[in-house]
Amino acid sequence: MAARLLSPAATPVPKSLITSADNSRVLLVAAADPSQLLPAREQMAFTLGFHIILVPFGVAFTFITMIANYRAIRHHDADALLLAQRWSKVAAVLFAVGAVSGTVLSFEMGLLWPGLMKRFGAAYGIPFAVEGIFFFLEAIFVAIYIYGWNRLSPWVHFWSGLPVVIAGVGGTLSVVAANSWMNSPSGITVRHGRVVDVDVWRVFFNKAFWYEAIHMLLAAYVVAGFAVAGVYAVGMLRGRRDRYHRIGLLVPLVVGAIAIPLQIFMGDVIARAVFHDEPAKFAAIEGLRNTGTHVPEELGGVMVDGRLRFSIPIPDGASLLSGFSPSTRVAGLNAIPAKVRPPDHLVTIVHLSFDIMVGTGFLLLGLALWFALAWRQHRLTPASTWFLRATAISGVVAVVSLECGWVVTEVGRQPWTVVGRLLTRDAVQTSGNLWPFFAGAVVIYAGVTVGAGFALRALRRRWAAGQDVSTPYGPDDEHAPVGAP
Amino acid sequence: MNTAVALVLLLGVVLYGVFGGADFGTGLWDLTAGGAQRGQRPRELIDHAIGPVWEANHTWLIFCLVVLWSGFPTAFAAIMTTQYIPLGMAAFGIVLRGSGFAFRKVSIRTAEQRVNGAAFAASSILTPFCFGAVAGGIASERVPSAGHGDPVTSWLNPTSVLGGVLAVFTCGYLAAVFLAAEARRRDDRVLEVWARRRAVGAALTCGALAVAGLFVLDHDAHRLYVHLLHDGWPCLTLSAVAGVAALVATLRGSPALVRPLGVLAVAAVLAGWGVSQYPYLLGTHLAIDVAAAPPATMSALAVIAVIALVLVGPSLVVLFLLTARGRLEGD
Ligand code: HDD
Ligand code: HEM
Ligand code: HEM
Repeated sequence: MAARLLSPAATPVPKSLITSADNSRVLLVAAADPSQLLPAREQMAFTLGFHIILVPFGVAFTFITMIANYRAIRHHDADALLLAQRWSKVAAVLFAVGAVSGTVLSFEMGLLWPGLMKRFGAAYGIPFAVEGIFFFLEAIFVAIYIYGWNRLSPWVHFWSGLPVVIAGVGGTLSVVAANSWMNSPSGITVRHGRVVDVDVWRVFFNKAFWYEAIHMLLAAYVVAGFAVAGVYAVGMLRGRRDRYHRIGLLVPLVVGAIAIPLQIFMGDVIARAVFHDEPAKFAAIEGLRNTGTHVPEELGGVMVDGRLRFSIPIPDGASLLSGFSPSTRVAGLNAIPAKVRPPDHLVTIVHLSFDIMVGTGFLLLGLALWFALAWRQHRLTPASTWFLRATAISGVVAVVSLECGWVVTEVGRQPWTVVGRLLTRDAVQTSGNLWPFFAGAVVIYAGVTVGAGFALRALRRRWAAGQDVSTPYGPDDEHAPVGAP
Repeated sequence: MNTAVALVLLLGVVLYGVFGGADFGTGLWDLTAGGAQRGQRPRELIDHAIGPVWEANHTWLIFCLVVLWSGFPTAFAAIMTTQYIPLGMAAFGIVLRGSGFAFRKVSIRTAEQRVNGAAFAASSILTPFCFGAVAGGIASERVPSAGHGDPVTSWLNPTSVLGGVLAVFTCGYLAAVFLAAEARRRDDRVLEVWARRRAVGAALTCGALAVAGLFVLDHDAHRLYVHLLHDGWPCLTLSAVAGVAALVATLRGSPALVRPLGVLAVAAVLAGWGVSQYPYLLGTHLAIDVAAAPPATMSALAVIAVIALVLVGPSLVVLFLLTARGRLEGD
């Protein structure tokens, strides 16, 4: 059982490896964690948490823009054209911040986790190398799409967006392949602590790959869809209920509303996969102390002395969800060897993050249903104020869901960086002092956030004043709508 | 295979040096372009010239990083546990630079433009300096194979300072050459002269630095110096000849030749660094074969590099052609 808890079924790590790893860790466990562990984790969580908010716009915004762009050309829709052009300008700003914050992450792989790269770079690095290709294509075609409105023919320009969408999918698949490999490390042969052979295919297509990757891809469309729709919902709440705002609301909202039921279906599939392949993470998600059957699904609560308190139980819930039967046996935290058992506070974080992800997911599903109903009844004219209010905040709700999802995956893996193979404490940087680096990151990212806020506000003001012509610095002004009446 | 991947890495470094370098260099001229009034037109030129291409140019860095950490994980860890100070600064510099540039483009008020512009320009100088200093530390054997070398002297030493300063001016040189070409395309005589002057100034500075640098290397990194003269001399000679020819072309007004010659001069220096380090990755102690990942990884990287070449190469050409023909702007 212990061996199964520690190693995903995909990589039957020999039992001897686990015990030997355990033995060699005994001393380390007795000693305190390396002093750099805390700042390194905080920094990783902070910079990734920042970066991931921009990711959905890199991945999914261009797709949404292309829908409006298509409408503009096909139906000679001037409003849709204006929206598409403005969206691509917003995307230019967000894409830049996403790209530079992602570059920092690449540095951090070495600056924070040299132990991980040194030992497993030969395997873990490969998905990132694949991702490099997609980054290139994305950066190239995004530039052509964003700057090409005026001097390329409308259809050529439209199709230049397609590689961006494809690269967004490819990039997501590759970076998540690296991440899922940490959860389910397959395809490596280790001898004397060194990776001596790599099966590239099995590294990339590890057991957790498909479900994590699809879940993230859908998350990107959920976040981008609801966030963009939210902007126009705010505009409509302020009384601007013209056709321009209606289309600005509808196009992204349709995308988000289609993605969210798929996402929840995927979430359910993933939860069962985690139950089978990462029982330790599943135990943390459930906050379950003892292995057993008829396990209730506990909502909320905190871990106190190894036990979940103040939660609301749904009888047999967890057993039913994971095995379709109340007699399904679910492994608890106590089945994890004490040395690698996550401490209470981490279990609390994982458990609550999971609840919040699922909760916010269902809120979004509710909004999508409301939207479908309102659409059937009166095609959303006039949209009710409460509906607009809900849509206005849905983007933030979706981001919360996204962040919580990553916390479940990342914190739920602790104390491992590579499950069964490398403890986080052994991955961390030991040279220097990471606190100033972390402080610098907080200051700089705060500055960048403020700067982005000002920049987007400047765009909005200019547009509100009906002044699409840019400053000397602006990319360009929009040309007359294609075939506008 | 290991050598092939090392060559891919070197190619990435050269391309990042040339394209990323030209891109960074614009920051130097942006910073020194003068007040809001006087500097407006040069800054506009800079914005239009790099707006569509900077993200692609900078992706070469990602490419180098991923090849290094997958192909030569121990070397990557050694560098990161030693030179974390300049590399951390470079990472932050990249954030400030990219965001500052993108924000300045859309901000309306001069005050906001100034803050963003300053962030863009200052970090455009800081970042290449850091990279040059890191390269100097690696070349002068200051990064031990096992890592955890001296965090300060590994990048604050004569060779590193030389590398850093040379990097800043080389970037400036490339940028001026590209900006002059862009100004010419727009038939803007004033800006063309403005950029050409800077190209000449930077070229002379780089030349002087390179000559002085040989003395520095002789004293500070003697082994590198010997290798450079022994194995790297064809590259150095090529660079010197191309550099002088580019200078002559600039002064004589044969603009078509300036860009290729200038690029060649810079690329040859970087290649010369690689050649004189061969067969070592770090200084003259960590050999390529020792640092290399298992063969399967190296083959995978080679395949990925070929795919990248096939997919990314033509796309980049399209992007540069569209930019050069003024198809990616609105005025
Ligand atoms: C599912 C998506 C996803 C996730 C989980 C991550 N990223 Fe990211 N990343 C993207 C999706 C993405 C993107 C959408 O493709 C970005 C956002 C904006 C952009 O330029 O591309 C990007 C940008 C981006 C860049 C800049 C690329 C460029 O210059 O164009 C780098 C180097 C990274 N990321 C690296 C990372 C690393 C090391 C991560 C994790 C540890 C990471 N990203 C998580
Ligand atoms: C409502 C039902 C949902 C369930 C049951 C669910 C389930 C899960 C599970 C079990 C994980 C952990 C996967 C692992 O560690 O391997 C996870 C991760 C994640 N979730 Fe959800 N999820 C749901 C909704 C959502 C929503 C609405 C979003 C965002 C819009 C979201 C975003 C994420 C992200 C970004 C991750 C981490 C990366 C990944 O695995 O792709 N989830 N989810
Ligand atoms: C983008 C969304 C992500 C977020 C918000 C996120 C969040 C986090 C958090 C909170 C930690 C600290 C865990 C702890 O120590 O308690 C962490 C660690 C880490 N994450 Fe992620 N993560 C994300 C994606 C990824 C991806 C895609 C990768 C790699 C492919 C990755 C690689 C790592 C590594 C190497 C660590 C440090 C070692 C560890 O704690 O396991 N993360 N991340």
